[in-house]
Amino acid sequence: MGSVTFFLLATALVVSALTVVVHPNPVKSAMALVATLFLLAVEFVFLGAHMIAALQVIVYAGAIMVLFLFVIMLLNLSDEEAEARRRGRALFRIGAWIGGGVLAAELAALFLRVPFPAPAAPPAGYGGAESVATALFVDYALPFELTSILLLIAVIGTVVLAQRRAS
Amino acid sequence: MTFPAIDWIAVLPLLLVACLGVVCLGVGLFVDDDEVLGWGALVGLGVTFITTAVLIGQHGSAFNGTLVLDGYALFFDLLILAVGCVVVLMSMSYVEETGIGAGEYYALLLFALSGMIVMASATDLILIFLGLEVMSISVYILAGAWRTQMRSNEAAMKYFLLGAFATGFLLYGIALIYGATGATRIDVIADKLGGVIDRHLLLAGVAMLLVAFGFKVAAVPFHMWTPDVYEGAPTSVTALMAVAVKSAGFAAFTRVFLRGFGGLHADWSMLLWVLAVATMTVGNVLALAQHNIKRMLAYSSIAHAGYILVALTAGGPTGGAAALFYLLAYAGMNLGAFGVVLALGRRGEPHEEIDDYAGLGFRSPLLGAAMAIFMLSLTGIPPLAGFAGKIYVFTAAVREGYYALAVIGVINSVISAGYYVRVLVVMFMTPGAVDVVRASRRPYLFTSIVFSAVVTVLIGVFPAPWLELARLSFLSQP
Repeated sequence: MGSVTFFLLATALVVSALTVVVHPNPVKSAMALVATLFLLAVEFVFLGAHMIAALQVIVYAGAIMVLFLFVIMLLNLSDEEAEARRRGRALFRIGAWIGGGVLAAELAALFLRVPFPAPAAPPAGYGGAESVATALFVDYALPFELTSILLLIAVIGTVVLAQRRAS
Repeated sequence: MTFPAIDWIAVLPLLLVACLGVVCLGVGLFVDDDEVLGWGALVGLGVTFITTAVLIGQHGSAFNGTLVLDGYALFFDLLILAVGCVVVLMSMSYVEETGIGAGEYYALLLFALSGMIVMASATDLILIFLGLEVMSISVYILAGAWRTQMRSNEAAMKYFLLGAFATGFLLYGIALIYGATGATRIDVIADKLGGVIDRHLLLAGVAMLLVAFGFKVAAVPFHMWTPDVYEGAPTSVTALMAVAVKSAGFAAFTRVFLRGFGGLHADWSMLLWVLAVATMTVGNVLALAQHNIKRMLAYSSIAHAGYILVALTAGGPTGGAAALFYLLAYAGMNLGAFGVVLALGRRGEPHEEIDDYAGLGFRSPLLGAAMAIFMLSLTGIPPLAGFAGKIYVFTAAVREGYYALAVIGVINSVISAGYYVRVLVVMFMTPGAVDVVRASRRPYLFTSIVFSAVVTVLIGVFPAPWLELARLSFLSQP
């Protein structure tokens, strides 16, 4: 039962993730991303990681998606532009397909031959508030702090690069 | 929940630089004088440099051993901080002339340095990734800081898009290695290499890391961004990219590959061999065809990455020490060369064509002599730093049995003379008319050029103590 639902969910997840990349309309891509993130949250629920599932929905499907939609709205890509973008240069497209295809085939072959161990049951308290907090503030305290510097840099960068030009 | 005790000594250099960045950003809001801000950054970096130098000989590790303070980290910390000081000196008048916001500029510069320090001190792949991102994102922004210049915008955009792509490779590589070994800590990975069930997953991860680091140090075939970004970015930022970003990239590259994947040397040395030959040859041959000095130096920096890759291919303590020494020598001569490029420009007239250097040797003998030192050192003429660096790199290659690699390296050095000496010919043997701003008007910039020249000569004349320092630093890794 568990593995059937897992594979159903996983298939839906991969399909919606592919839609994000392949779909020509940016708004529909963004919607597919919402679906991807929700499905990922459901996977976390199946693992018993309720805290992570909730964070996944609040942070990604909530906050970050709203940002995405705002950006798409502000950029206001017209259909012609999107069409022109899609066509690109034929030679590059073929090259990219071949390169990507070879890499995908290699990775697929790799995953098929690696003997992955059977999944063990997650430890007690997995994905709960306490284990998330321990990971964030004890085990990975330094990466956590560095990420805050990274966000500060991103904010400065936005202001530096996007502020109105003083003429 | 108990919080683990933190060894503050181990994080001291990082903490000081990051705090300095925040202070600079805050002060920049209220202080309009660019020079004051520059002095603040310079003094702060100087104090950090001295504090870090005092720590020499100490060993520490913090955050479950993911961040260490060993000789290796100290070597790169000091190198990066010194480069930071020189870049601040170079930026003082440049920031004012180009109208770049000084507060943000120095803050981003300091944040970039803090990211580099993390890359040099981290023994955990996750931390290396974060350090690399802190450094890279700051530098993307700095590359586009001269907003009124189209090519600065283009440089930032190009660097950002390709850099983000390379980051994907890094993360995927880390994920695959974690999948194969169950660890992200470099020393744990090194211990587990023998017991890995399936090597294919591991090797795929190693290859992905090679791509990501290859991009950061501008190795062929991951070098496509380099000439455009180096040309378009503000020159002081180009100097930072060519020297500090490359050093930090090699710091992480060397630690991960020689320490972490040392047991897989037989597997990756062949790949690295090809990469080294391609990088040296493509860099040097394409540099011959350049007319713009910044593009020429960009291809030259690609070629020098190739020489350092030769040392990494050789591997072992000899190769590691040679790589560290080469980075030290390279820092002095390359910073100086970019200093001269800055000195020739003036408000609104960058004078970046090689033909603009005509007659420079007569109109400004000091600048001409300095440029001659840097160009000869980059070629590898004794008794300058570049010569000593190349000797050690090629000796390491020969000692480990890579004769062909050493021969190709020497041939490449001869090719490189073609474009370095051409600059000298133009400077001293053709008449020209470009006026140079007097040295007394830009005291900071000239201080930095003289400092770089002195370092280049000093390392070249007395290489032995520096090599010993590099060797001890390399061996001190836990």
